[in-house]
Amino acid sequence: MKNLLSAGDLDRNQTISILDLAHEMDEVNDREIKKLPTLRGKTVVNLFFEDSTRTRISFELAAKRLSADVISFSAKGSSNSKGESLKDTAQTLEAMGADVIVLRHSASGSAHQLATSGWVKSSVINAGDGTHEHPTQALLDAMTIRQSMHADPRGCDLAGIRVLIVGDIAHSRVARSNLILLRLLGAIVGICGPATITPKSLIEDGHSFSLLDEALEEFEPDVVMMLRVQQERMSSSFFPTEREYSKFWGLNHVRLAKLSPNAIILHPGPMNRGLEIDAAAADSDRSRVLNQVKNGISIRMAVLFSILTGEKGKSA
Amino acid sequence: MDYSEQYLAQRAQSSKSAPSSANLYATSFNSRPERRRRRWTLTKRTVLSADDIDRAITRISHEIIESNKGAGNLVLLGIPTRGVYIAERISKIIFQHSSISVPTGRLDVTLYRDDLSAQPTRAIGETVIPSVGIAAKTVVIVDDVLYSGRTVRAALDALNDHGRPSAVRLAVLVDRGHRELPVRADFVGKNLPTASSERISVSLEEVDGVDEVVIED
Repeated sequence: MKNLLSAGDLDRNQTISILDLAHEMDEVNDREIKKLPTLRGKTVVNLFFEDSTRTRISFELAAKRLSADVISFSAKGSSNSKGESLKDTAQTLEAMGADVIVLRHSASGSAHQLATSGWVKSSVINAGDGTHEHPTQALLDAMTIRQSMHADPRGCDLAGIRVLIVGDIAHSRVARSNLILLRLLGAIVGICGPATITPKSLIEDGHSFSLLDEALEEFEPDVVMMLRVQQERMSSSFFPTEREYSKFWGLNHVRLAKLSPNAIILHPGPMNRGLEIDAAAADSDRSRVLNQVKNGISIRMAVLFSILTGEKGKSA
Repeated sequence: MDYSEQYLAQRAQSSKSAPSSANLYATSFNSRPERRRRRWTLTKRTVLSADDIDRAITRISHEIIESNKGAGNLVLLGIPTRGVYIAERISKIIFQHSSISVPTGRLDVTLYRDDLSAQPTRAIGETVIPSVGIAAKTVVIVDDVLYSGRTVRAALDALNDHGRPSAVRLAVLVDRGHRELPVRADFVGKNLPTASSERISVSLEEVDGVDEVVIED
């Protein structure tokens, strides 16, 4: 694997082998000495043009646990604020010896551009590009679901598991990557959200619900994935008020009680408590939000391992 | 050890693409003419039978008890895939003779290898350290074939990250020579001097359905 730009780059076997790798990497995170010598001498650059807490820290920790050197770059306080372009910044960092560039950028397609335009020779991992994709998030969500549904998750897929994605589907790169990856693994994916922020193609696909109550009753999800309401990406008002959103699509204690006994709740974070999810749901024992964070490190270790090891040019 | 796995993979592949021996000959002739005579005279010798393997593992078990002055304070760690089963057999034999059940685990060393960028990306196996831990124990690393010594080097590094054993020993079923590192086994089932062009393949009942060690040239 040279780059990870989209969840669509992965086939079923690759995905399962990354999830299995991450499952073994997880064991390292429970050890007293959380360090492996695997990527000694490799350099990972975190190139973050957009604010991020968990993704950046998670990539940084993952690289450090595999003994790679990490440089974290954030747009604030860099030459970017002097107007340097993505191309120049990336080329500068590559000249300093980066083997992998982990890119987060507000422009959709930026990771693809960086990887395929011949600007840099290093590998590129997409850590979120605009409203397009966020493949490592989808992988860690799949890992969390697989872990909750199977006693021994190794080698398993997600066949027949019903996942309901709720919220701002149109602006969500998390939803887009998850739709590709979860379906690849055999899950049945339903969506639910205000019609104004639900892509039309997905409505026609079936398993689409306009109200959360209706979705919970008819779809009977095993997994409810709440998305963050991304005020910063909405150019106009897609729903009248926050109160209305929370009334129709917020996961509150009443809706929590409607879930089937083994259903779990996921949220990519950061949570807007009181808007899309209330405290009763966020802190309930169904919530796997912290498992997601923990699995995020393992998944990113597995992805870095897959990209940075193996013969140059060919890999299994 | 990965050597025999590599061989098995190759055998599976060649039987898929070239079912008859005539085809096998043709393919190898076309791609690697210098190997022609060798391929034609492919020899397969069984060097250890099921009974030989049984005796060797039994002897190793007794030697471990002898050098350790009993079966106390021991931990056996097998290196996947076949080392794990050899370690389990040793543990069983030690139990029969001393009624002490020796904690047995598995140690995957993939992440500690030094050839990760020279080979296709490898899958990682499971590592299970027995709940007693390895600190202040005598750890016996168990593998099927000792060859370059690089797997053992990786295993020593991996152990380091799990604790500090009071001593580390090495038991192998077959020592085929050609060391690239200063590594020596403490308990050896069989010394098999080989040419590096030969392949040694260890089959165990638990994985392959049969117990045997075969040399192929």
